[in-house]
Amino acid sequence: MDDTKAAGLGLVNMWVGFIAFLAAAVMGLYQVLERSGLFPDLESPALYFASVSTHGVLMGFVLTTFLVVGFGYYTATTSLKQPLWNRRLAWFGFWLSITGVLLAAVPLLTGQASVLYTFYPPLKAHPAFYIGAALLVMGSWFWCLEMVMMMAVWKRAHPGETVPLAMFGTTANAIMWFITSLGVALEVVFQLIPWSLGLIETVDVGLARTLFSWTLHAIVYFWLFPAYIAMYTLLPKAAGGKLFSDQMGRVAFIMLLVFSIPIGFHHLYMDPFQAAGWKFLHMIGTFMVAVPTLITGFTIIASLEIAGRLRGGKGLLGWIAALPWSNPMVTAAGLGLLMLTMGGFGGMINASYSMNAMVHNTQWVTGHFHLIFAGTTVIMYFAIAYYLWPRMTGRRLYSNTLALTQLWLWFIGMLILTLPWHYLGIAGQPRRISSTPYDAALVQQWDASELAMIMGGFILLVSAVMLVFVLVRTQTNPQREPGMTVEYAEPLHPVLRIPRLLNGLAFWTALVVVYMIASYGYPILQFFLMETHGTTPWSI
Amino acid sequence: MSIDPLRYICEDPLERKWAWISLILAFVMGGVLGFYALASNLHPPSNVETIDSSRLHLSEEFAEDNLGVKSNPDGSLTITMVAARYGFYPPRIEVPVDTPVTLRMASADVLHGVHVPGTNMTTMVVPGYISEVNTMFTRTGEFSLLCNEFCGLGHDHMWSRLVVVENSAGGQ
Repeated sequence: MDDTKAAGLGLVNMWVGFIAFLAAAVMGLYQVLERSGLFPDLESPALYFASVSTHGVLMGFVLTTFLVVGFGYYTATTSLKQPLWNRRLAWFGFWLSITGVLLAAVPLLTGQASVLYTFYPPLKAHPAFYIGAALLVMGSWFWCLEMVMMMAVWKRAHPGETVPLAMFGTTANAIMWFITSLGVALEVVFQLIPWSLGLIETVDVGLARTLFSWTLHAIVYFWLFPAYIAMYTLLPKAAGGKLFSDQMGRVAFIMLLVFSIPIGFHHLYMDPFQAAGWKFLHMIGTFMVAVPTLITGFTIIASLEIAGRLRGGKGLLGWIAALPWSNPMVTAAGLGLLMLTMGGFGGMINASYSMNAMVHNTQWVTGHFHLIFAGTTVIMYFAIAYYLWPRMTGRRLYSNTLALTQLWLWFIGMLILTLPWHYLGIAGQPRRISSTPYDAALVQQWDASELAMIMGGFILLVSAVMLVFVLVRTQTNPQREPGMTVEYAEPLHPVLRIPRLLNGLAFWTALVVVYMIASYGYPILQFFLMETHGTTPWSI
Repeated sequence: MSIDPLRYICEDPLERKWAWISLILAFVMGGVLGFYALASNLHPPSNVETIDSSRLHLSEEFAEDNLGVKSNPDGSLTITMVAARYGFYPPRIEVPVDTPVTLRMASADVLHGVHVPGTNMTTMVVPGYISEVNTMFTRTGEFSLLCNEFCGLGHDHMWSRLVVVENSAGGQ
């Protein structure tokens, strides 16, 4: 293992993520079984909501944070070809996050933090849950610092040169994550921790929800960034072609940095306490953040077309068949883009100021984010793992066939799970329920979809077990394959001269701050200007 | 012909075209929703009004005797309701079809949500704030009014009835 490449740090971080993922996938199967109502012996709201809370924290906070951080360290060292800025600080951040996870795990697993991963004050969890969540986030801030410093050090050593696209995206993500995680950090540190410890009597739920919305949208882009970085910088080469446009990749990353944070009010469309004008402003930004995804779709598909034609594909669609579908990166990207397209349409409806009313807090929303996050993002995490494990461990991938089967099962399972959920939402089923003791006429039309979701959950668990199996067998594979390096994609047109604004992030960071003050300044300030009434803690 | 401003960041003409299409798509979506927001006064429920949720019973509007459906001088109706674990009060609401309705709701404890499947009536109910929704029911029949936000272990059981009757029946 070559330590200058931070392979150890990368591996350990990603392993934490995937172990959390496996545990959460087991809970997922229990949840679909319980929720369906077909197994009366399983019925238990206490267990169900403890499980949903833990599933959400493990998938949304643990898998993602550790995977992004691990991938970031490895990407930084391999793309810049320079060692970590400060190894000890990187490990300190890792252990701080681990401490947070373990601290939060105790109340989660004992049912004392069944407030879902969105916290939901005035429902009160054990203080250890909030403190643990805060430590997890703060640990990741050391990674943010590390990425910013590594890019700065590299730029100083290479004046006038273009920052590699993979690092440009990773640093954009680090800056975005730091700014967006401040919202939830403020809520937890100044409201929830002192309140749960009894140091303050009440919290303003409107303020808490506003602060959480500051984090709630861009966090999904924090999760998605590694998927896009892999599509731009690893996929084209894996497919046997070139990246269609390096520059548009930079533009997409910059747009994600600028537009993903100041738009969180689309999570508050149906809330009182924020006026319609602010919600409208945030909606415009929400549609703008679709633009980098549309650009990414174009660039990635164009890059795949180059690869397909270089491999002899002819005709309008012949290049698709010519792509190396036996390569896990290509398969994952193809399936991921399909799910992104379907999920993107749904997202447009969620984002719509007025149409949102039809789907708000219904199972449609659960379907939507499982399709995009658990679908597109996580399938790319798998592809990243299959690509990096042999490189980080120096051992051959245990089985390419198993890896491919795993990816296909994940895709099929995710469609079987999420498409019925979209339907259930339109048919009126709320999300976050453990049973459906409603009107028979309403509930009857949900039955078939509930059966489908059990099948989906089962397939997904099988796929999750296969992933961990392949990674373990790869790491312990006696067949060594040393010397494999990460091969970043070359752009179709070599980058000769790049505008300075597309080679640095300082200007864009300043722009985010201004945009944030414009879109969140008054909406937060209003809670201190009007007479508000806080709420005392309630147990679940 | 003027110079494409995107030329500075993107050299490929095909990709520039696509970038323009993406931008126009975003603005068309925003524009259509903005048009309906202004032309039909179609906004999400966005009332900014505070209340002390621990003292609802002492407030004029949300005291128990004042809950329910009331007619306004202009022919519209106001429904005043309280959401509290685990029910909506009053538990049965009857309104006439095709009549403008304003729902005003406050929570007596934690976070709740209201959704009437099959209609566009939905809002979050946040302790400390009064929610307000303006709508009109266009179909008669019995509807379910479901809590759609996790509010505790009995959340699944929090639902009540909304009955939309013929206009001649008079409402109440």
